[in-house]
Amino acid sequence: MQQNSPTLSFGEIGLFFLSGATFLYGLMAASRRVDPIMEIHGYLIAIISLAAIVLLAARATKAGKVQDHADPYNMDVVKAGVIASTFWGIIGFSVGLVIALQLTFPSLNFDTAYLNFGRLRPLHTSAVIFAFGGNILIMTSFFVVQKTCKARLAGEIAPWFVFWGYQIFILMAATGYLIGGTQSKEYAEPEWYIDIWLTLVWVTYLLVFLFTLFKRKEPHIYVANWFYLAFIVTVAMLHVVNNFGIPVSFFGSKSYGLFAGTQDAMTQWWYGHNAVGFFLTAGFLAIMYYFIPKQANRPVYSYRLSIIHFWALIFLYIWAGPHHLHYTALPDWAQTLGMTFSIMLWMPSWGGMINGMMTLSGAWDKLRTDPVLRMMVVSTAFYGMSTFEGPLMSIKAVNSLSHYTDWTIGHVHSGALGWVAYISFGALYCIVPWLWKKDGLYSNKLVNWHFWISTLGILLYICAMWVSGIMQGLMWRAYDQYGFLEYSFIESVEAMHPYYFIRALGGLLFVLGSLIMAYNLWKTVKSGNPVVARDTSKTPMLRQGEAA
Amino acid sequence: MSENDKPVIDEYSGVETTGHDWDGIQELNNPLPRWWLWSFYVCILWAVVYWVFMPSWPLVQDYTRGFLGYSQRAVVAEELKSLTEARADLGKQLLASEPEKIVQDKGLLEFAYAAGKTAFADNCAGCHGSGAGGAKGYPNLNDDDWLWGGSLNAIETSIRFGIGATHEETHFSEMPAFGVDEMLSKDEISTLVTYLQILSGQQANGTENLEPAKTLFADNCASCHGDDAAGDREQGAPNLRDAIWLFGKDKKAIFETVHAGRKGMMPAWDGRLDPVTIRALAVYIHTRGGGE
Repeated sequence: MQQNSPTLSFGEIGLFFLSGATFLYGLMAASRRVDPIMEIHGYLIAIISLAAIVLLAARATKAGKVQDHADPYNMDVVKAGVIASTFWGIIGFSVGLVIALQLTFPSLNFDTAYLNFGRLRPLHTSAVIFAFGGNILIMTSFFVVQKTCKARLAGEIAPWFVFWGYQIFILMAATGYLIGGTQSKEYAEPEWYIDIWLTLVWVTYLLVFLFTLFKRKEPHIYVANWFYLAFIVTVAMLHVVNNFGIPVSFFGSKSYGLFAGTQDAMTQWWYGHNAVGFFLTAGFLAIMYYFIPKQANRPVYSYRLSIIHFWALIFLYIWAGPHHLHYTALPDWAQTLGMTFSIMLWMPSWGGMINGMMTLSGAWDKLRTDPVLRMMVVSTAFYGMSTFEGPLMSIKAVNSLSHYTDWTIGHVHSGALGWVAYISFGALYCIVPWLWKKDGLYSNKLVNWHFWISTLGILLYICAMWVSGIMQGLMWRAYDQYGFLEYSFIESVEAMHPYYFIRALGGLLFVLGSLIMAYNLWKTVKSGNPVVARDTSKTPMLRQGEAA
Repeated sequence: MSENDKPVIDEYSGVETTGHDWDGIQELNNPLPRWWLWSFYVCILWAVVYWVFMPSWPLVQDYTRGFLGYSQRAVVAEELKSLTEARADLGKQLLASEPEKIVQDKGLLEFAYAAGKTAFADNCAGCHGSGAGGAKGYPNLNDDDWLWGGSLNAIETSIRFGIGATHEETHFSEMPAFGVDEMLSKDEISTLVTYLQILSGQQANGTENLEPAKTLFADNCASCHGDDAAGDREQGAPNLRDAIWLFGKDKKAIFETVHAGRKGMMPAWDGRLDPVTIRALAVYIHTRGGGE
């Protein structure tokens, strides 16, 4: 965590050695040909390492002169995050559309392993959660922690290592899925060597965040930063424990997990559920806590509520994982705990929604004129809906109907599209004019279009999945008078077809909306009116009307 | 952050703020919403009550069992037991009855049909199709063209022991690869294919001289398919006079069959499915239209 110095910093020297080591490892792994996946990844590792070495060398030649920071904050890495998250968002949503169409029309698998649903599905989930969501989280956290601590981001090269290291993680994971590398753990599919890399990146991320907090010039730590910190720390723990495993060969891609059977399933869903809780909830609540008050220009509704719901949320969430394993080999007592803690989690989750929505008191009229604010408020509404639906589905009696059906998929997407993506879009719409010092967005009208098109998409998606999910559940449990199943599995699959089509249509609208956003952001950067010397710390930098 | 004692009041709501200020963001000092707090308490209370009645907290060797003594395993075992008991009677009757009697006994037939339908969807539909319509290489079970016989007993035997399966009593048939193994030349196979197309009524008999074909058939095919090409169920040799061709009836497909041979395969279900289910499956298939 060096401040920049005229000579090579500790971080730069460390990165030189790291890149050299990964370069050698990549070459050795590629040449030993233990398996075809590692052969390809070995070359990829070597090429990326070589590029890193060249870039570091180029940087070192310029290191002689002390950089003069025009901006007291490190905003370049935040800008890079904006570009990366917009890019990965469009990729992730599009792959989602492709697999939705594959479910509707199976011939779209094209009889090739590389584009098979089984490989594209983790590509979609990882791209939207980790590539899009992760980049949004890293990007906004780097922005928010600087602004609310009045301190420049710790380290000069470390934030860039976090950014590029994370992109490399995404690239390795995504290419791995396509060529068949997976450890078959949902949302934790990448193999051991990619896991180790992510651990390295994530610990650096934690250090950058912590050291920036230490440097803060504010007496207290803002609530958004509590949530960011909880997210970073917990994800580190979840990632490490769930990925405990032993590689078959040091130069091969395959590994075996340390846990087996029920223990493995429980560890996996402890991880899986808290990926939802700490990645997709805590992290995005942090975004909500900064961007909604900022955009509404109103104080946060209740400081006390933020404290209580924060601690209640992080204490209760970590127990809820077993509700993914109702009616399995998991012991009864663990199922009970998973279910009861999910119910107790309901109000702590809603605390965030209340604080988000009630922050608008005194600014409700802005919903009519400010589509960005509207998007973020609707995201808290979706958040409230899915955090009610979640505890409901964790009740064993409900779960016996909903489990393994499309209802779960619908539930996930009302949270993922309605909450996570909408609050992210809102943050992107806010942050682009701030970062590129523009008077406002290129077009509020386009934000409006984005909002309505994708809201329609989300509604089509979740309604289709509610109907098909409940229908599936009912078909699977329909018995005749002798206790034989009324329907075969394939009959329930046939019945899904129209709903899968509607879902794909909803997905298409969502992709369209994200393309409109990307265009709008691009035009804002390229041709928006510049703002001259405006103190962004006092006035929320919003356009005061389209014409301004 | 205001360091003096005077509280900052938000103009709009009249509520005092905490005095913090982060990048322009302030916080109101509103109390926790009552409905929120009470709902939270109720959820916690409900959880505690649930723990008292249901298995919940792990102990060193055991776990708290709860007053209701609920056990998921016990419930499943009980449900399976009552289901087995409920079906036992009809199952026994089904196994003990002669085929003619099953078809006449409406209750028994209904039971067998229900059991067979489910078992078919789970075990057979993968190859024979969910409507039992078959596919290339997988016979249609709705018609009356049977390779190994269409009586209830014959169907049951086929299901139990399979075709070309690992079971000792399995049916076995193999059509030789006349072309690959150089028993017939390509021209001879073509001659036979034309003959077979005429036999099965796909092609009108033109002016061809059928004598060479008849000789070829008698020398190579008749031993299994019979002199009249009507097939032989003892050997699983299909009837070649009808329009039903398991591996395709156009010239190219028949040529391929004669050239490279064919060998039907079906797993033996004896031991994988219980006798009642196998009998039920036989009844289900028998009643689909083609039973003899």
